Amino acid sequence: MSEACKISVERRGEVALLHTDGYINNQGGEEIAREAYSQLDSGARAIVLNLEKTRIVNSIGISILIEVLEKVMDKKGVLAFCHLTPTIDKTFRIMGLAQYAQIFSTQEQALQAVAAKA
Amino acid sequence: MAQRNSVSPGLTAAGSREISLTIPVAPEMEIVATAQVAALGEYIGMGRDKIDEVKLALVEACINAFEHSGTRDERLHLTFRIGKDDDEGRQWLEVEVFDQGRGFDHSRIETPSIEKSFTGDRKKRGWGLQIIKSLMDGVSISSGDWGTRILMRKYK
Repeated sequence: MSEACKISVERRGEVALLHTDGYINNQGGEEIAREAYSQLDSGARAIVLNLEKTRIVNSIGISILIEVLEKVMDKKGVLAFCHLTPTIDKTFRIMGLAQYAQIFSTQEQALQAVAAKA
Repeated sequence: MAQRNSVSPGLTAAGSREISLTIPVAPEMEIVATAQVAALGEYIGMGRDKIDEVKLALVEACINAFEHSGTRDERLHLTFRIGKDDDEGRQWLEVEVFDQGRGFDHSRIETPSIEKSFTGDRKKRGWGLQIIKSLMDGVSISSGDWGTRILMRKYK
């Protein structure tokens, strides 16, 4: 039995849309970071993380997402999240991630918002 | 360093029903344990979002113990209880996480902040207890050279 997080990526111009599926812990976080950095290196200016298929993100996973955020901010890019469960949303706010990254209810809202900034 | 602390005394388990589970210190065992939270939460009719909060609190307690406790038996001893307050009759779900590690003084743990996280030192996270306290309705921590016991309660 493994709860390993699977990541899939869609590239839409300068926006990289990452879908997660499963538990985001240190391994899941590292997978996301690897993919996000690869997208930034290939010219993406905005990263949207769709967490629709993730119900648990632990604090280690969020710490890695904060590192991703830092890298995105260094490159003057944008990081946005969508489809967070209420618990994930709450945890992002507890840890302060919501102060620096944008959170949207739907993927469309997130894509529209970041496209305007990317 | 032997210390006992109680953040929220008064949590009692009188009249409760409980299930015990021992998990090895190994990757993703914390997720295995969350299945008990889901089962008992659903049993008392707790909403899905509250169950998710208890699950995450349990995950945080487990990974804290995995990383920092130095538990002697390489195991975590978990107890899950459901019960009702005597006075108001409110139902609750309680999770106890016990490790036989070296203990810690939780009053000396710095309050984390995202700005400190930006320094890039992932080891200095310290978010686990903050998250647990924010998500649960009652948290009691006792710790000493015998180990650490974290008791967390969530009302339905």
